[in-house]
Formats: sequence, C-alpha cells, structure tokens
Amino acid sequence: MRWLGLAIVVTIVLAIISLFVGVSDVSLGALLSSSPEDRPMQVLLISRIPRTLAIILSGASMAIAGLVMQMVVRNRFVEPSTAGTTESASLGFLVITLLAPGWPLMGKMLVSALFALAGTALFLRILRAVPLRDVLLVPLVGIMLGGIIGAVTAVIAYRYGLMASLLAWSMGDFSGILRGRYELLWIGLACCILAYIAADRFTVAGMGKDFTTNLGLNYQRVMVLGLVIVSLVSAVVLVSVGSIPFLGLIVPNLVSLMVGDNMRRTVPWVALGGAGFVLACDIVGRIVRYPYEIPISVVVGVLGSMIFLFLLLRTRRHAA
Amino acid sequence: MIVTSEVTKSYGATAVVDGVSLTLPSGGITSIIGPNGAGKSTLLSMVSRLMAMDKGSVTVDGLDVTSTPSDVLARRLSILRQENHMTARLTVRDLVSFGRYPYTKGRLTLDDKRHIDEAITYLNLTELTDRFLDELSGGQRQRAFVAMVLCQDTDYVLLDEPLNNLDMKHAMGMMRLLRKAANELGKTVVLVLHDINFASWYSDYIVAMKQGRVVNQGPAAHMIDPAVLSDIYDMEIKVHEIGGQRISVYYE
Repeated sequence: MRWLGLAIVVTIVLAIISLFVGVSDVSLGALLSSSPEDRPMQVLLISRIPRTLAIILSGASMAIAGLVMQMVVRNRFVEPSTAGTTESASLGFLVITLLAPGWPLMGKMLVSALFALAGTALFLRILRAVPLRDVLLVPLVGIMLGGIIGAVTAVIAYRYGLMASLLAWSMGDFSGILRGRYELLWIGLACCILAYIAADRFTVAGMGKDFTTNLGLNYQRVMVLGLVIVSLVSAVVLVSVGSIPFLGLIVPNLVSLMVGDNMRRTVPWVALGGAGFVLACDIVGRIVRYPYEIPISVVVGVLGSMIFLFLLLRTRRHAA
Repeated sequence: MIVTSEVTKSYGATAVVDGVSLTLPSGGITSIIGPNGAGKSTLLSMVSRLMAMDKGSVTVDGLDVTSTPSDVLARRLSILRQENHMTARLTVRDLVSFGRYPYTKGRLTLDDKRHIDEAITYLNLTELTDRFLDELSGGQRQRAFVAMVLCQDTDYVLLDEPLNNLDMKHAMGMMRLLRKAANELGKTVVLVLHDINFASWYSDYIVAMKQGRVVNQGPAAHMIDPAVLSDIYDMEIKVHEIGGQRISVYYE
C-alpha cells in the first residue's frame, strides 16, 4: 500500500513535468505574470493539459487492456497489438472513413471497436482450432493475423489514396492532441473502472475454464466482457492517438513479477504503471531532439521491445 | 445423492462413456477405479458440469446439473481436475480464498476468512500461504488446490486423481484427510483413483468402469476380490488380508 502511494506520487510528478515541457514558454512565472487570455494560459489549457490527460488516459487504459487480455486468453504475451486487435480496429476505422466520412468520431470509433472485437474473436477461433502448447506461438499467430489484416488495410488505403492518413493514425503520436480531440479517451478510463469492478471474475477466468465453472461463473460471459473492454480501449486509443505497441505487454508483465496476478491487487499498479511509462517516454521523446519531437510509438517501441526481449529470455530460462 | 442416468459421451463413433446409470450414496468416500481410457475422468467431468453430455442426465440432491444455475451448484459440489495448468501467478492464500467465491463474489467476510484459515491449516500450508503457486513443488501445489476445493465447503467433493504428484507420505496424508473430511465434516467424497490399494483401504464404496461402462460396484469388501479385480483389469490380481485390510498384489 505504501509503495502504491509512492507510485501515485511519481506519476503526478511526471504529469507535472509533462505539462511544462515544450517550445512555448509555459512556466509558473509566465502563467502568473500574464492574464488568462494571454498565450501561456491558453497554451496550457488548449494544448498542454489535454496532451497530459491524453497520455495518462491512453497509457493507463492500454496497459489495462493488455492485462485483461492476458487473463482471459491465459497467455502472458498477448496484448492488442499481438492478437490482431489493433490492426482490426485500424481496418474498421479506414472502412468507415471511406463509407461514411461525415460520421462523428464517436460513431467511427464504435465501428472500429466492432471490427476490433471481430478480429480478436477470429484470433481466439484460430487458437481453438490449432491448440498450441508453446506459450510463444500464441502471440506469433496473433502477429501473423495482424499482418494479414494490416496488409488488407494497406491495400484498401493505397487504392483510395489514404496511405498518408493510415500511417498517421497507426503511428501513435501525442503532438496533435488539442482540447476537443482527446475526450473519447475518457471511455478508456471507464473501461479501467469496469475492469477493476470485474477484477475477481477476470482472475477466476485466468485460472482456466474448469476452475471458473467449478466456482459457478459463466466462463463465456467473462470472456466476452473482457474482449469488449479490450476492443473498446484499442479503438478509442487508436482513433485518438494512434497505436502504442508493447505497452499492454510490458507493464502487466512487470507488475505480475512484482505483485502476482490477483487482479484486485494488480489493476491499480498496471493503470499507474501504464500512465507513468507513457508519460516518461513522451517526455523523453520531446527532449531528445528538442525543439522537435519523436513520436511516442517510436520511443515506446524501442524501450518496449528491449523489455519484451528481456521478458522472453527470462521465460525461456524459467521453462528450461 | 448423485444420480446419473444413461449418461453418454462420444467422440466420433467411439463412446467414451456409454449409458452410465449410477447412484452414488451420500456420505463417505466413493472411489471410481478402472483401467486407462475407461471413461472415469470423463464421467466425473460430466457429473460436475465441466463437460456437456451427449445423452442422459445427472442430478445432485435432485438438482439437474445442466439446468441448475452454475453458482447454485458451486455451493453444493466442487471438482478438482487432474491436470491443472495454472498460468496465473497467485499466492496460496489468494487461491484458497477464491474457494469462497460462490458465496462472496469477491468480498470476504470474517466468516470466510475463518474458512480460509481452516482450509490452510487442514492441509498444512500455513508456512506457504504467501508463496506464489509457481514457486511450489508439484505436491505442494496439489495440496493448495485441494485446500481451495475444501474451502468451497460443498457437501460433495469430486477429485480426479488427487494423489497425482504426491509421494507416499503425502498420498497417505491426503487420503487420511479426505477420510477425516468425510467423517468429521460429513462430506461426500468421490474420487478417481488408480491405486487400488488406497481405494481398498479408504473407500466405503467402489465403482469399477471399463470401456465406458460400469462393470461392477459395491462396498469395498465386495469389490476387492481376486475374481472381480481380475475381470476389471484383464490381469491376474491376488488379494491378501494383512492386518484386517485387503491388499492387492499384481506385480507379476
């Protein structure tokens, strides 16, 4: 409990640093010496606060989505980007953008979430048809499925001259976040709360189908609830900031090593860890080439793949 | 009382469990024995609604297992399968606590905590409570699973080969504990057992299966008999009486 308090403090400090990093002069001094209509306060309200909130919300909810997915699929190495979920959400967003360009973002997001749900269900269907005993083969199947769906998306985008937009939204980037362009991410927070409320169910499902049935829970229903959370979060984050790879993988795995898998205990850790990790990566991305920026997906991708490799090698040693 | 009638499960053309009608008495220990592939585990899975049956029906105290709400059954009957691949990293205490889930849906009361502590003490896990399951030996893990099932505090406890992974001392300890649970707590324990001597020593009632059918059943004294056993296992089995217990010898 004391450590959790410390984690909250660290996350808040990172959030404050995140607010004050940038090209425009937004320091406490500048804020106090100018009137609210002036540039510093406006930059803070329109750009900086929305950006920091977007980072916290998407970081926390993507990490939770990874956690929920790992519990219901019962595999440590699945997350939305290794199960075809993100790619399906992207395909859905492209399709609805072509068919109904005038729809509000909320509607497009929901279509994208439906595609994500269908893509993930397909992934699970494939897993059931090919029972894989090796834990590492499961994410490989997911990555291959994601590759196929991604290829279909690319062909459609190419055909209709939307390659540039596709690239823009599949690469996670917070630099375009302004007031009015991130609010869908609050749905991600709602999903995190839902995951916390249903935490015990997910832990039970993580023990397997037989245990779940023995304890009187409907396994199928828990699965569906989990997949809805995962799909919704993936779609919301995709349409708001783009995809952030590995996040849903490394944060829950590191938390699992520290405090285990009882979700009642891990949800706060995973949410804070996700938010803190993305905040830190975003600050790094903004400072390294100051005044230019490196997109978040690149920073998280580089750091994340290193941690992912470490986790993989560790499992191998464990299994041997 | 558990009653099965005409329970059948087939894979393709082969019936793994073939029209089994059984009445298992309440109280005491009932063991299901028989050669590999006799359908013992499949039958147990269907009785405990883990597996759907193709034909037939099962009732537990008059409740039909396919139509009774699962959470109602979870307070009557608990089941532990033979293979338990647990990928989730839970502590022993966490695992045992989940045995209370059918009653609490997650919010533990003082009464639940008492049940949890009792189950942990009952299985000698006190020193291991805060250890993660993946840090335990196979035998310790098996005891933790049984503790969870006992913590569920159901009238019927179904265990599929609970002696798997246990050495002689712990196998004996487990059987004594189940005997104690049957005598003191009034549980009805149904086991799938491979070791017929454990079955002989500890069971009140024995059911023998072969090729998906029940071929014989009765009190242990009736079942542990050279002719009966030889017929079940298709091999010569001698039975000796040692200190008032019937012991089978089948090593050559």
